[in-house]
Amino acid sequence: MSCAVHASGLRYDYPSGHPALRGVDLHVEHGERVAVLGPNGAGKTTLMLHLNGLMLGEGALEVAGLEVSSGTLHDLRIRVGVVFQDPDDQLFMPTVREDVAFGPLNMGLDRPAVDERVREALAAVRMAHVIDRAPYQLSMGERRRVALATVLAMRPRLLVLDEPSANLDPRARRGLLDILEPIERTMLFTTHDLPLAAELCERAVILAAGRVVADGPTAEVLADSALLAAHDLELPAGFDLSGVALRPRPEGGAAALAARS
Amino acid sequence: MGGLCNHSLELTGLAGNPASPVHRLDPRAKIVGLVSITIVAVSTPPRHWPVYVACATALAAVAMLGRVGVGDIWRRTRVVLPLILFVAIFVPFLRTGGAVYDLGPIKVHEAGLLVLAAVAAKATIGTLSAVLLGTTTTFPAVLHGLEAMRLPRTFVLIAAFMYRYLFVIVEEVARMRQALASRGYRPRNALQAGALGRVATALFLRSYSRGERVYLAMLSRGYRGAMPQAVPLSLGRADIVFVAVVLASLVPLRLLAELA
Repeated sequence: MSCAVHASGLRYDYPSGHPALRGVDLHVEHGERVAVLGPNGAGKTTLMLHLNGLMLGEGALEVAGLEVSSGTLHDLRIRVGVVFQDPDDQLFMPTVREDVAFGPLNMGLDRPAVDERVREALAAVRMAHVIDRAPYQLSMGERRRVALATVLAMRPRLLVLDEPSANLDPRARRGLLDILEPIERTMLFTTHDLPLAAELCERAVILAAGRVVADGPTAEVLADSALLAAHDLELPAGFDLSGVALRPRPEGGAAALAARS
Repeated sequence: MGGLCNHSLELTGLAGNPASPVHRLDPRAKIVGLVSITIVAVSTPPRHWPVYVACATALAAVAMLGRVGVGDIWRRTRVVLPLILFVAIFVPFLRTGGAVYDLGPIKVHEAGLLVLAAVAAKATIGTLSAVLLGTTTTFPAVLHGLEAMRLPRTFVLIAAFMYRYLFVIVEEVARMRQALASRGYRPRNALQAGALGRVATALFLRSYSRGERVYLAMLSRGYRGAMPQAVPLSLGRADIVFVAVVLASLVPLRLLAELA
């Protein structure tokens, strides 16, 4: 059961002709947690949309064991879970229950199985108590967690999160990290939140102007202040990388890490 | 975020006791029951006014069973009702027939007054029915009910998205108004109102691009053009009793009035 990402020479031009991805090479193995860093306009979100076949570019792209093409989209979208940046885009149903059930129902599961998944996913994000609430009644942190549940309910092999900590206060951000930590999935984060990358991801990739310009262990990438500065990235003032402990990982991730090194 | 919500959307949602027998009824039973009350009232000519009284009594019974307070009903009714009555208020001056009452420069006709009274009664009963449905049934439950009653799914979907994003858009409008006000915008004549046009344009564009992002989010969770079916509803004994009581008490009365 592959949950890897293999992108080679991935290119995408906006309809206006402006290039968004100019030949991305990225290989992510089973169990890895990778932070995709980069300034605004670097192509992070475009890359994320490619992983779910929401945009189709040129070049080779294999995700979760499937060659991304118009024929594999439905299977691909079931295998790859994307959490969008704005939870108001992701939570479109009138109640939390219906929203979390949306993906599993599209997978063709029967009602008892769907209910089971809804309960399981909401429990995983500690939001079981809001099941019958409407999304607009939730705080931003709660919406972000429910948005994650809508994807977890599909039990994807690969989780892709777009700016998961954007617009969260420190407590909500901490809560989200606590929830993400035990999830046993290959994960890709696009983020500007470098401390989050340091804490959750063993590997970091910098995307700039549609190309991968750096790829390595997060601690090394973030320690290179000249590299960060060259790509409009910056650690918070006074931030001490050596004081950050990488969060413990489920079994699969640790094995992949060992295999890589 | 909550601080921005000082608008009429606060008047949506349940009121009364959520555990009451009325709140727990199947949404379809409430839709059928309350719409029946409205149809009976609307179809009754003013000379059979006791039917209006019966309808009002039925609504009062529903409100009492649901423990919906007069204050809640009043706050919601006053949003809708004046708009309807505003149109009807001119009828006595325009409609001729029957006795004429001279009020100095204008004349009021009896036929017109009768029409006004009938419209007022029907509008009040219709509005109260809708308000009671809204206070005892969540909007998603009403949508489920309508869907189970074979209302076209496209219509249900449009209503569902409207309900979901109404709050988002209203908050966006509130933020834009604050942004205008914080830069000293105080229109004093029609020319200065141009900024509102640009706000409306910006709002349209934002809503449009949100629509596109929502569609992507739907696709990414396996949407292929058909929304998944909602949980099937099941009618219980209480639901059937409720509809039966409403119909049995009002429909014969309405038919008798016709024969009389």
